[in-house]
Amino acid sequence: MGALSNVYDPNEILWKGCPCGLHATMYEHQAALSGSGGGRFYAAETTERAARKPEAPAFDALSDLEQPAAKTDKLDWGDQEKVLANLATSAIMKGLFQTDINRRNFLRAVGGTTAAAAIASILPIEKAIANIVEATGPLEKTDLNVGFVPITCATPIIMAAPMGFYEKYGLNVSVIKTAGWAVSRDKSLSGEYDAAHMLTPMPLAITAGAGSAATPWTMPAVENINGQAITLATKHLDKQDPAKWKGFTFGVPFEYSMHNFLLRYYVAEAGLDPDQDIQIRVVPPPEMVANLSAGNLDGYLSPDPFNQRAVYDGVGFIYKLTKEIWPGHPCCAFAASQKFIDETPNTFLALFKSILDATAFSSAAENRSEISAAISPKNYLNQPTTVVEQVLTGRFADGLGNVRNDPDRIDFDPFPYHSFAVWILTQMKRWGYIEGDVDYTGLAEQVYLATDAQAVMADMGLTAPSETYASYEIMGKTFDPMAPEAYVDSFAIKR
Amino acid sequence: MSAEWKDRLTAGAASLVFLAVFLFGWNAFVTAQSGPAADMDPELAALLGPQAKGESALPRPSDVGAEIWGHITNPFYDAGPNDKGIGIQLAYSIARVLTGFGLAALIAIPLGFLIGMSRLAQRALDPYIQLLRPVSPLAWMPLALYTIKDSEISSIFVIFICSIWPMLINTTFGVATVRRDWLNVARTLEVKPLRTAFRVILPAAAPTILTGMRISIGIAWLVIVAAEMLVGGTGIGYFVWNEWNNLSITGVISAIFFIGVVGMVLDLILGQAARLVAYAE
Repeated sequence: MGALSNVYDPNEILWKGCPCGLHATMYEHQAALSGSGGGRFYAAETTERAARKPEAPAFDALSDLEQPAAKTDKLDWGDQEKVLANLATSAIMKGLFQTDINRRNFLRAVGGTTAAAAIASILPIEKAIANIVEATGPLEKTDLNVGFVPITCATPIIMAAPMGFYEKYGLNVSVIKTAGWAVSRDKSLSGEYDAAHMLTPMPLAITAGAGSAATPWTMPAVENINGQAITLATKHLDKQDPAKWKGFTFGVPFEYSMHNFLLRYYVAEAGLDPDQDIQIRVVPPPEMVANLSAGNLDGYLSPDPFNQRAVYDGVGFIYKLTKEIWPGHPCCAFAASQKFIDETPNTFLALFKSILDATAFSSAAENRSEISAAISPKNYLNQPTTVVEQVLTGRFADGLGNVRNDPDRIDFDPFPYHSFAVWILTQMKRWGYIEGDVDYTGLAEQVYLATDAQAVMADMGLTAPSETYASYEIMGKTFDPMAPEAYVDSFAIKR
Repeated sequence: MSAEWKDRLTAGAASLVFLAVFLFGWNAFVTAQSGPAADMDPELAALLGPQAKGESALPRPSDVGAEIWGHITNPFYDAGPNDKGIGIQLAYSIARVLTGFGLAALIAIPLGFLIGMSRLAQRALDPYIQLLRPVSPLAWMPLALYTIKDSEISSIFVIFICSIWPMLINTTFGVATVRRDWLNVARTLEVKPLRTAFRVILPAAAPTILTGMRISIGIAWLVIVAAEMLVGGTGIGYFVWNEWNNLSITGVISAIFFIGVVGMVLDLILGQAARLVAYAE
């Protein structure tokens, strides 16, 4: 309660532990009091709290001090700046009074207003507050390299450069185009990239040491939700049913990708074993369209713009958008090493904020056309603007002669739910990418920085969900993040 | 002399005829591939590319010519970290090749010299050289990236490791096969070993060594394109990859043209150097 309490209220208990300072814990304190028969403090306290009425403290005198904590009795977590300020004041008072009982006696004796004025006169509380709220301090470095793979999922990371979101937070970021995810991972591991666009399963795989040396990695934010599709070659117009896909060869962009897991999930639900009945090949996204037209692939589940590009070039049609498999599924991520966060926390925070800001901007439908124009040139996606625009605005040709309108074909939502990570881990377990006992929630909470995202988003005035775990319904099957092992076992087709 | 000039002129004319036939055939092929424009709802047509509307995926020679001319007239523009002119990209690639190749030459030639002079060393080291020589240079790439942890140095390392073998083998061979007579003459005249090496063996082995260098630079230029496609960032390989990423066949063909031109120039330079050291027995 400390963070939200009014520190100038003599009835509040602010600090953990014994309020009189004589006992090690609250428990001992209460036991000692009840043992002595009087129970003065404890009894007094309980009655006081029970009888407490919501009184508006008269703190008008302080308004010129801009004392955020003094203005309202109760704060809410959403107002991160005020909460921080309140914590700062609380810490200063702890230094002054040592125990709650001292503070409360002092406040009772002189009154909250006088106390606040008196303390402010001897200690520059506003200054101390300002320091903590702007805890960003100086940036450790401003020149950063951020890697991206040229697909529309990376929109916030990319467009933050031409549209000035990095600059806004004092950063000079070079966004570097990368040939594929394996290279992106290796360049991130080697420290050439300070942060990078990755696929949501990758930070988990890197941390768990699947596919590379185990290195603690973090995922502060999801980039996009939805925005992928299953594309089939034009010659398979008559096979718009997964049951007819036996013997097909499909492309996915990377093993540790939502594309791989969603495709496996989808065909398995149709009764096909993804390792036996179809072949899944890792193909770099740019090569997918060419392979599709050459007949090497029958279809692919890939990131855009390459689904739309297949339609644009007349070699394939969009069979299913992934949002029809799992509405709101995560896809790509903004990822950074734990080392980067530890060594340059202020720079990280600034980068994190610029990404969150850019993601919020990308999420607004009215900005999508402008963004399409900004990220289409050679320096970024290197695609015809029409293709990118069809992906981002959701008004697109599906290759079957229709123009579809699906505004949430792709959306941008940064919040890295822990339950996303748990789902991904269940699929990695299901298909044998990781073996043995998996600490689902432990790994999820280590890698996906949902709680930090909550705090930073609140600080920026963005709305963050209050829960970091959610349950999903994927093709009629419910996923409960609290029972991951049972979820894995519930599948008929697994390794 | 006039007869030789005549030959050259005829050969040049024949080259031009070949080119004309090739370009004409190419153009005819593209025309044959393009179907009539499909009748389509204009709203839908606006969302589709030319290929979906019946045009051939292959560009016409005139498209490629215009693209190449565009690169030649504006080779050094810099529009951000992922979009630089072809001149800059080629400079990056050439610098990488020359660094890796130079380092390889610095090691391979002295080492080859030593191995070539000793029969024992030749026999002892031969299995290793034979084992490492046929390894595809790109197979070193993951290992290099993992251990060196720097993509720039990794690509130079790959150039180094692929260009070292032809030079090493040719130097060894050239040094080992210097005519005995010449060495015996040197010995009779009591020439000191170091002087023998520089005045007798080196000139005698130079043509073979330069042939090795010529093979090496050819391989290095082949490899850099692949290495840069893999690692990305800068260079002509990255340029090809970026055009491929956009499925721009026009861009890929023009990049192939530039790669060919540079490879030819590198080979010509070493060919000229080989002429300088050539001798007739």
